[in-house]
Amino acid sequence: MLKTTPFHERTSALCVSHAWRRWAGYVVASSYELSHEREYHSIRAAAALFDVSPLYKYAITGKDAAQLLHHVVTRDVHSMKVGQVAYTPWCDAQGKVLDDGTVARLGERSFRLTAAEPNLRWLQDNAAGLDASIKDVSESMVALSLQGPASRAILGDIDLKYFRLAESSISGIPVTISRTGYTGDLGYEIWAPASQAIALWDALIDAGTPHGIMPAGMLALDVARIEAGLMLIDVDYVPARKALIEGQTSSPFELDLAWTVNLKKERFVGREALVAEAARDPQWRFVGLEIEWESLEGLYAEVGLAARLPPTAWRMSVPIYAGNEQAGYATSGGWSPLLKKYIALAHLRGPWIAPGTALEIEITIEHRRKRAAARVVKKPFFDPERKRA
Amino acid sequence: MPSNDVIIIGGGHNGLVCAAYLARAGRKVLVLERREQVGGAAMTEEVFPGFRFSVFSYVVSLLRPEIIRDLELPRHGLHILPLESTITPLENGDYLGQWNDHDQNRRELARHSLRDAEAYDEFGLMLHQMARAIKPLLAMAPPNPTSFSFSELLGMKRLAEHFRSLGPGRFHMLHKLLTMSSADFLDEWFETEALKATKSASGIIGTMLGPRSPGTAYVLLHHYMGELDGVFRAWGFAKGGNGSVSAAIAAAARAAGAEIRTSAPVAQVLIKRGRAIGVVLENGDEIRAKRVVSNADPRRTFMQLVGEKHLPDEFVDSIRRFRFRGSSAKVNLALGELPDFTCLPGRGAHLRGAISISPSVGYLERAYDDAKYGEISRRPYMDIVIPSMLDPAMAPPGKHVMSIFVQYAPYHLNGGWTDARREALGDAVVDTLAQFAPNLKGAILHRQVVTPADIERIVGLTEGNIFQGELSLQQMFFLRPVPAWAKYRTPLAGLYQCGAGTHPGGGVMGASGRNAARAILGTP
Repeated sequence: MLKTTPFHERTSALCVSHAWRRWAGYVVASSYELSHEREYHSIRAAAALFDVSPLYKYAITGKDAAQLLHHVVTRDVHSMKVGQVAYTPWCDAQGKVLDDGTVARLGERSFRLTAAEPNLRWLQDNAAGLDASIKDVSESMVALSLQGPASRAILGDIDLKYFRLAESSISGIPVTISRTGYTGDLGYEIWAPASQAIALWDALIDAGTPHGIMPAGMLALDVARIEAGLMLIDVDYVPARKALIEGQTSSPFELDLAWTVNLKKERFVGREALVAEAARDPQWRFVGLEIEWESLEGLYAEVGLAARLPPTAWRMSVPIYAGNEQAGYATSGGWSPLLKKYIALAHLRGPWIAPGTALEIEITIEHRRKRAAARVVKKPFFDPERKRA
Repeated sequence: MPSNDVIIIGGGHNGLVCAAYLARAGRKVLVLERREQVGGAAMTEEVFPGFRFSVFSYVVSLLRPEIIRDLELPRHGLHILPLESTITPLENGDYLGQWNDHDQNRRELARHSLRDAEAYDEFGLMLHQMARAIKPLLAMAPPNPTSFSFSELLGMKRLAEHFRSLGPGRFHMLHKLLTMSSADFLDEWFETEALKATKSASGIIGTMLGPRSPGTAYVLLHHYMGELDGVFRAWGFAKGGNGSVSAAIAAAARAAGAEIRTSAPVAQVLIKRGRAIGVVLENGDEIRAKRVVSNADPRRTFMQLVGEKHLPDEFVDSIRRFRFRGSSAKVNLALGELPDFTCLPGRGAHLRGAISISPSVGYLERAYDDAKYGEISRRPYMDIVIPSMLDPAMAPPGKHVMSIFVQYAPYHLNGGWTDARREALGDAVVDTLAQFAPNLKGAILHRQVVTPADIERIVGLTEGNIFQGELSLQQMFFLRPVPAWAKYRTPLAGLYQCGAGTHPGGGVMGASGRNAARAILGTP
């Protein structure tokens, strides 16, 4: 049977849509209401509360904890300050991305790594000879993500910088709060022992109700993360561990994560391959695409229809063309209700990655394949000042 | 002029597959089956009133999908129902489950070892890649590496290119798989004993080897092959038992125009000037054909049906050395009620899958130790399915049939097989299983025990080997059954082989039958 998170007693009562999906072996709500629309708007206009407990969480402690993580991930962990959080991918020896997540420095010798996939074995195998203890705390620790402009007020006007964390308490429950999230908005993630889950949920709902807090599901989150230009494992990239052929793997450079790769580090997993790759022109790049509305409208008009788009974000491979050549493929996309734009995330070959490049995206209209004009744009599509302010 | 293009000796599933392909290509085909029903070891019988059993072979996973498609077997009644899980009861009262659902499986493995839960997917991916590396070889008539003929060299070149394309990492892994024992190979991946044991069990099936015997790692892969094709994914159970597999193939062969005669035992292959020209039945009838194909195993084909005097000495020596050493038995139980396992009480999903008595590698190796010195395993390895859970028509309403594959029960038993030894084997099986499911003894209405000696006597498989010869590395690919004669042909013109004793081997795969037909038809 599938697992339910420690919040299930609350979330199941709220989930009037009965729309559930799987996430890392747990069931989580796709949307609580019949449509995800209000949940999406709460992210951008008030505050949305997500149960993100299915994330894999590892507590890494000991004299060599920093060294272990420094060796595994692509970013510089030694230079992280206590209380700092870093988003980072990590790679196999061929420099291909295995997973992505966050490293939080809880203390000099204490870290928490979050991951989308199980990584205990990978961490253990890389810890050979190091004085570091690795504990899988995925089940003993829950996480809630509170995202949106009202999130700071709900947390009592907490003073926390972007990608920093602090020990705190909510209604007497000891928690860690990090200013992180997956929406590209002002937001926080709250980490607590599983035993306190229900009390924590109730406390946040109580504090948030005057501010318009809404429990939100994965459909709303998907729209927000696409607007924020954030990639999703298994959707936007195949982790190297699951790739059946080399062509399915991606390097951090190809995923537009060059900023996370610190080649000055003397040694880390995948370094050699990444140094070699950095010296070459990029083969692929993960970019933002905006589909031109007039072009789309024109294609629909040809068959006597008004333009129509799917009501939720899509996750599939859609060919992108440059003239007669296939320039790449989009992996996620959808209508941005806020920007009033049809946007997508795509992998493009080297020659077509520059912002402004005019391309075409395949679209099926009345059972026929057409091509709509699209152009490469900078990610994120939506980047409010409040995110960092 | 002979009235038949091809006579096929033996209506086992491979003989029938071969017949169907030849008939579809317009050949006039006659299948001669010794017994009153076709199927060989793939047969269903109502052993006790109302209780139907796949008496010998009992699951399907390796039956080639192209055969199912080409012969339109579903139209002829074939329906393979999936087995969803494998449960291994442990001696401490717990169990290890392996489930088809990824999340459920990971969660169950994590209960035993977080590391193994993670390694499992990578192991699966690795086996997938290895199976992909091996799979093209299964469809290929194996080239002779010592020949300099153009076609053989071309075959070797194709083989070399194939191996090169794997890249060093995969090639090295393949080398390990080909040389290591399954226990050693699995030690590199997992730490949970029951997981290693249950996985290694598929490396010893049908061999007189233990999980610590080198070469068994490959057999592991051989049995995984069935999982390659998305639609199959895992082991399945043919609705109506394995006899329905044979019946479907026979129906396809008949529909294509083949004639199948049962109760028609062949005594001898007719040979004239080094050429097979037909057969003589036990009743003395002679039937001529342009070609003769034997579905019997290599020893029976050459030493009995052909006769040494018609064959080159070296060839006879090789056939004599070809190893059978049947090591497995079947216990078929008619049950008044379902077994109630201590580790998972009640009627649960686990009873729809396989139940493996393989708590540790040591347990399996000790079972082998007994057999190595000519004894029945005191506590044998068992692979159990309850077909009536998937196809209720196999038993009267509310009652059940249980199929227990047992290893080791050596063909060469000290003192030989007797009725008393047969029942002693049945007792060892029931006693061992009752330790995990205490209500079992009271639930048994009838019991059938099939020893390797019975398999040989009834089905005609030499030494009761279920694969028509051990599936060990020295008897595979271009060495199966005999070096230089691995392409379904024989030293006698006009005589072919199509049984599991040829490449790629057994497992109700049908590949030998299809490959032989292609060799006869000259299809590359």
